[in-house]
Amino acid sequence: MTQNSLGDSVVQKTVHAQQNNGVAASATQTQPLWLLAEITYRCPLHCAFCYNPTDYDKHTQNELTTEQWIKTLREARKLGAIQLGISGGEPLLRDDIEEIVAEAHKLGYYSNLITSGVGLTEKRIQAFKDGGLDHIQLSMHDITEEINNFITNTKTFELKKKVAAMIKSHGYPMVLNVVIHRYNIGHMREILEMAEALGADFVELANTQYYGWSLVNRNQLMPTKEQIEEAERITNEFRAKTESKMKIFFVVPDYFADRPKKCMNGWGEVFMIVTANGDVLPCHSARVLPNMQFPNVKDDDLGWSWKDSPAFNKYRGDSWMKEPCRTCPEKEKDLGGCRCQAFLLSGDAEAADPVCALSPHHHLIEQAIIDAQNPQLQAQPIIFRNDKNSKKIIEGELEARVAEFHALP
Amino acid sequence: MDNNIQSADIYALAPHHRFQWEEAQQSYVILFPEGMVKLHGGAGEVLKRVNGMATVADIVAELKAAFPDADDIENDILGMFDLALGKQWLRKV
Repeated sequence: MTQNSLGDSVVQKTVHAQQNNGVAASATQTQPLWLLAEITYRCPLHCAFCYNPTDYDKHTQNELTTEQWIKTLREARKLGAIQLGISGGEPLLRDDIEEIVAEAHKLGYYSNLITSGVGLTEKRIQAFKDGGLDHIQLSMHDITEEINNFITNTKTFELKKKVAAMIKSHGYPMVLNVVIHRYNIGHMREILEMAEALGADFVELANTQYYGWSLVNRNQLMPTKEQIEEAERITNEFRAKTESKMKIFFVVPDYFADRPKKCMNGWGEVFMIVTANGDVLPCHSARVLPNMQFPNVKDDDLGWSWKDSPAFNKYRGDSWMKEPCRTCPEKEKDLGGCRCQAFLLSGDAEAADPVCALSPHHHLIEQAIIDAQNPQLQAQPIIFRNDKNSKKIIEGELEARVAEFHALP
Repeated sequence: MDNNIQSADIYALAPHHRFQWEEAQQSYVILFPEGMVKLHGGAGEVLKRVNGMATVADIVAELKAAFPDADDIENDILGMFDLALGKQWLRKV
């Protein structure tokens, strides 16, 4: 899964509603409308583009209990949370998702399970349906060790086909998320045809954003600008000629844009993330930021965490901004971009997101794009997301691959 | 108005959409995958009555009775149906 898949669409849809006659948007109030439960960092897949923290291995033995999750859901609901994403890792590795889903429904959440489909059985999906789960989002691909043939990997396709059929037969819309990177960007047409064959209603083509494992593997994953343009062209062509009702979203990667994304629709504006071990975060990768103490549901009141904790107030609004953001006429459009990206790449958490062409650090993005085409750097091995590599990263064994970043991605 | 709403039409909420009162918003909302729209009072009053059985005419009559002081309420109601259908929040039964 990707940051895009979790964030942008809720915001996009609420923001668009602003123009409606008689319908108000609610995108700018500081209520945690969206609660993302990153319920476990355990995962049977080893995706090199995963945005989970590379040191996730620290948080696989101290997961919240079912009771702690239920208490969190109740408290967040009181604060106004309404959309619930159940994500990971692979959430199906926990055997209490049924209970959590049922409680979420009772509380009035609109709930969404974000899964690779590995571990989804007829019995479990029936229990989710009975419990009132509203929506399932299926991720289409992991990069496996068999990187060269993963696109035609029959085993993967058979699994997804089985899961897709299960999802549809229970009356769920079929929502597919495909992370795009160098190794599959040349196969856009095949990917779209596969999505159609699976009966997808919605497909999100999410270009990799560089956080966590994908930042460590940036030189291995980043396509060229020409490849992205070609992928978009094929997508448009497919949209134009296809008679199916499949809706396709193409999420443009920020490295190739000249303005940053309005990350999470603003810090502490609408999103609240609770991680496997109970940390309460305004965005997935916030723990990379320096001098920050994030609240934890085991110790802190959730209302205090959202409204009053120093961490959630640190980058709310725009008073923290430096130049060139502070006096920028466009500052409300993107709120200076992503704090994590700014810190990871520039070492200054209050700097403009280097993606912005107006940022004094923009050369870092230009250099990253050049580096990703450097054959020597490209030839470095992919570091797959697994427990062994996470332990290595924690112990500093892969130092050379993270040295250029100002925090462990 | 593009959807040619007729008084005999019957509408229901579209699949995967949910209509509910939100205490924290103090308003009715429509929920759907990864999104929410908050409805103003009037829009909420219309959609509250959409149940897959009542005709548009039934709903107009009910709202006229409930809000006798409101002027030209019928056009507002038809406009709301038109918008909701255009947004695919509703389906025709």
